[in-house]
Amino acid sequence: MPKAIESSGICKSFGDTKALNDITFNINEGEIFGFIGPDGAGKTTLFRIITTLLLPDSGSMTILGLDSTVGYKKLRENMGYMPGRFSLYLDLTVEENLNFYASVFGTTVKKNFELISDIYSHIEPFRTRPAGKLSGGMKQKLALSCALIHRPRLLVLDEPTTGVDAVSRTEFWALLRKLKQYGITIVVSTPYMDEAMRCDRVALIQDGQMLSIDSPQNVRDGFSRKLFSARAGDKYRLLLALRDYPGTLSVYPFGDSIHLTLSEEKPGRQLSEYLSEKGINDATIVETEAGIEDRFLELMGMDEIKNP
Amino acid sequence: MNRDKVIKVRNLVKKFGSFVANDNLSFDVYEGEIFGFLGANGAGKTTAIRILTGLSEPTSGEVMVAGFDARRQPEEIKKNIGYMCQKFSLYEDLTIRENIMLYGGIYGLDRNTIRERTGQLLDKLRFSEYGDRLISSLPLGVKQKLAFAVAVFHKPKIVFLDEPTGGVDPLTRRQFWEMIYETASGGITVFVTTHYMDEAEYCDRVSIMNEGRIEALDTPAELKRLYNAATVEEVFVKIARPGANSKKENADNNRIV
Repeated sequence: MPKAIESSGICKSFGDTKALNDITFNINEGEIFGFIGPDGAGKTTLFRIITTLLLPDSGSMTILGLDSTVGYKKLRENMGYMPGRFSLYLDLTVEENLNFYASVFGTTVKKNFELISDIYSHIEPFRTRPAGKLSGGMKQKLALSCALIHRPRLLVLDEPTTGVDAVSRTEFWALLRKLKQYGITIVVSTPYMDEAMRCDRVALIQDGQMLSIDSPQNVRDGFSRKLFSARAGDKYRLLLALRDYPGTLSVYPFGDSIHLTLSEEKPGRQLSEYLSEKGINDATIVETEAGIEDRFLELMGMDEIKNP
Repeated sequence: MNRDKVIKVRNLVKKFGSFVANDNLSFDVYEGEIFGFLGANGAGKTTAIRILTGLSEPTSGEVMVAGFDARRQPEEIKKNIGYMCQKFSLYEDLTIRENIMLYGGIYGLDRNTIRERTGQLLDKLRFSEYGDRLISSLPLGVKQKLAFAVAVFHKPKIVFLDEPTGGVDPLTRRQFWEMIYETASGGITVFVTTHYMDEAEYCDRVSIMNEGRIEALDTPAELKRLYNAATVEEVFVKIARPGANSKKENADNNRIV
């Protein structure tokens, strides 16, 4: 499969802080590739290197067949970038911003309108409004329109959904799916683990290091033990009790239940007797499927720490 | 429920010019409850929180927080609540100990109490060796846990957490929620907003705002039953996008400026 990005051994430090440590990955042409990790994982630094705005200390990166440190001028023509912080001109109108970005890339809004028409239709009623006076959702759509107006082959989106409510996030991912149909490679970062499932492939990243690269399904399937989901009326009490149980390997609150791994094959009489002793008689424990976050915790090496 | 009401809101309306940000809200929050306050961007959550924390005056309606009237006694409210948000929590150029001293002092605790509780807090968070480190040198997750501990340092009746877990790693997120459970089991009410829909499932009760109104308020289990949904996220989608078509979204865009 042709590669949009081939990265090998990328390292970047700022003073004593190792922001990126030996980052190696490939991104296929036409896929939606997600970098998933918390704040401070190194996502933005990596994206600034991908967009040729920052040089790595070591390692190599080939983007669209060109060495990123040599071919950066050519690359920038073929890349759309939406930074995490809103970076358009606040005192220009919606329309002026779009025209400006088109002209900087030597094209016109008209020429590539088809690509953005869907997204732009949401903000068109406000085309004469200054960008600074748009709501968060509209700013996001304008920024995406500007990043696409020169019809890039590679679209780089740094945390486009951070701070955005769950419904708007779902809608944004639907927009990305549509863009994929135009053959654009989409590289996106997010701190929301639940968004991993919306990518073709994901890289889990933490403290400047890659934890895993695979399809979201394979990442989940990588969870190495049996996972159980426990419930009871008093969740907090159940959590504390399970943490003290000798057969517990890991235990975390997970939404409406508690996720548990055990050193024994499955929860048996010993565990139910233990819980009864603790005064918990309404607990139900069933086997469940691991999610991305379960696997992330396991890869962080935190899965065997009972008492974080 | 026979428990004490820590928040009592009746017919709260807040207008900015002709724009109605909070449209006739009525709800109660009880002592020791974990109350999730959800809604889409622009639904009116921030406006409501500013009123509940004594920072903004209601246009009309009755708002009682921690036993005080939001219109007449906003300063008393501020003394009896804790608050933390994702964007700002602690002074970066002060040490952990200095931040705690500062907050304890602002809330009128005496020196001995501050010293005693500082020790307990650092022990509990296992930060004892970090006490003299600058906040700026700490990882985000540590900062957020500390900010929460500082927000309840003066033992308020209620603590407001505005997107407290944004951007933190999954481990910290879980540890943070354990702190919330612990706080609530100690009788402090926790009022929390979040964009993580799985976190809504951790709450005792959840309210969902849309276009300035509270459209739903119940336990997560009951909401899922009422809306015939598998998760709170599905409930949220059904409320925020009834009909789920683009016309609706355009209408929203017209409204949210």
